[in-house]
Amino acid sequence: MARLILPVLLWLALAGAAPVRLITQLSTARIDINTSFRGAELLVFGAIQYPGGAAPGRTPDIAVVVRGPAAPVTVRRRERLAGIWVNGQAVRFESVPGFYAVAATRPVDRLADERMTAIYEIGTRNLQLSPASNADDATTRAFEAGLIAARSRAGLFAERPGGVQITRGVLYSARIALPAAVPVGEYTAEIHLVDRGRVVASTSAPFSIGKSGFERWVYLMAREHSLAYGLAAVVAAVLAGVLAAAVTQRRW
Amino acid sequence: MDIYLPIAEMSVNSLLIILLGGGVGFLSGMFGVGGGFLTTPLLIFYGIPPAVAVASSATQITGSSVSGALAYLQRGQVDIRMGLVLVAGGVIGAGVGQIIFSALQTVGQVDIVIALIYVIFLSVIGGLMLKDAVGALRAARAGQAAPARRARHLPWVAALPGKMRFARSGLYISPLAPMLLGALVGMLTQIMGIGGGFIMVPAMVYILGMRAQAVVGTSLFQIIFVTAATTLLHATASKTVDIVLALLLLLGGVVGAQLGVRAAQKLSPDRLRLALALIVLGVALRLFIGLTWTPAEPFALFEGA
Repeated sequence: MARLILPVLLWLALAGAAPVRLITQLSTARIDINTSFRGAELLVFGAIQYPGGAAPGRTPDIAVVVRGPAAPVTVRRRERLAGIWVNGQAVRFESVPGFYAVAATRPVDRLADERMTAIYEIGTRNLQLSPASNADDATTRAFEAGLIAARSRAGLFAERPGGVQITRGVLYSARIALPAAVPVGEYTAEIHLVDRGRVVASTSAPFSIGKSGFERWVYLMAREHSLAYGLAAVVAAVLAGVLAAAVTQRRW
Repeated sequence: MDIYLPIAEMSVNSLLIILLGGGVGFLSGMFGVGGGFLTTPLLIFYGIPPAVAVASSATQITGSSVSGALAYLQRGQVDIRMGLVLVAGGVIGAGVGQIIFSALQTVGQVDIVIALIYVIFLSVIGGLMLKDAVGALRAARAGQAAPARRARHLPWVAALPGKMRFARSGLYISPLAPMLLGALVGMLTQIMGIGGGFIMVPAMVYILGMRAQAVVGTSLFQIIFVTAATTLLHATASKTVDIVLALLLLLGGVVGAQLGVRAAQKLSPDRLRLALALIVLGVALRLFIGLTWTPAEPFALFEGA
């Protein structure tokens, strides 16, 4: 009897102290880019699992961060040279996500303190882009702001306060819009549970965006059989020209 | 209908691209220009990455030039020997151009340099054509015949050694002159994604002194080969040829070229030249504004290494 009670008591004790857990699910594990691709919507949903199964009286906050494959980006400031705008001073950022979106129950700056949002990289301003240059801090910050603004205008960086719905304090869901210009590659969705300004639980789920069918085939041909691809383009062009001439001129 | 482009990695309105190809193909068939000098900037305005726009419009020019050149060939208005000499020069020029293009890409100034070269060339060519067309129209209104153009080549062309007969062009000159001209135009083709016709056509008339009837067809004939080589070089070196984009442009382009050849035989050439001059100057002005007005985006982003 004692051999049975001990583990049960132990489990009860642990369960009582057990942290809150997040369960998450994505609407899809792979988004295909085909000929008619015009952007997609990812649904991130799941549940908050409280120890003992009882939700507290107050509703916590949730932040959903979706990020795409990171790549280096060189940012150049447009400078005037003899009346013409040329690409001037450059700052290189080593790791810039090709896509980054935050949906949260409230604006990022009211979610948690700056240290917390910086650690978890919640919010476009908190991205660690790894600048690699000998420019001073103020310059680097200005270039970083320029980079974020340009990506935001392209719809590739987004912050959506109020983009997460919490139902009965337990179920959460967020819809993330992915524009037609999203880069292909491996993505992750990170979900953070924030309670009284502290991240108390986190989880993540991967998904991928890839070209499929014809788009994928064309892309691979262009990459790996570039000479054959180029020849095919030329042949297609010549054939189209001959065909047009033949159709419009009876004598041909 | 929206179509996703696999190399440009963006979605475009296919009908708009076909219409763009058709309009440019029409001008190509009419004037013996490739039309890339219009296609490339228009594609860039649309949001296609410049490198993809340059490479893919070269493919389209091949198609509309084949379409137009065949129509002129039937009318006996192509000097094939002259065309082949121009091609030989053009291929050498294209190789040199690719080296320059790659160098500019690594320096990060390729978009500025392309736009700047465009503005200069388009202003000069557009201005010259406008002056020519207005002069001819004014003379016609005054009831005089337009002054006959002096069909003679420049003195330095005559001084080159090793002369050769070009029957259809009505010339007996050294092949070195058209070869040099071909190399220069081929280089520009590679850097700018243009067939070079709008430089080639005036140069054939004013520098080589070719017979006017053979100019447009021969220009289109050599453009076929130079742009085919350009497409191959872009496909293997920069991998920026978007075949879906090129096919959409081709669809309109080859049909437009046929219509252009027919229109050229019917309508008043001076009015057409005036129209082309105004279009060319309009594009130059738009690019000039883009270069000199304070940009909406103070920063430019360059991805990858």
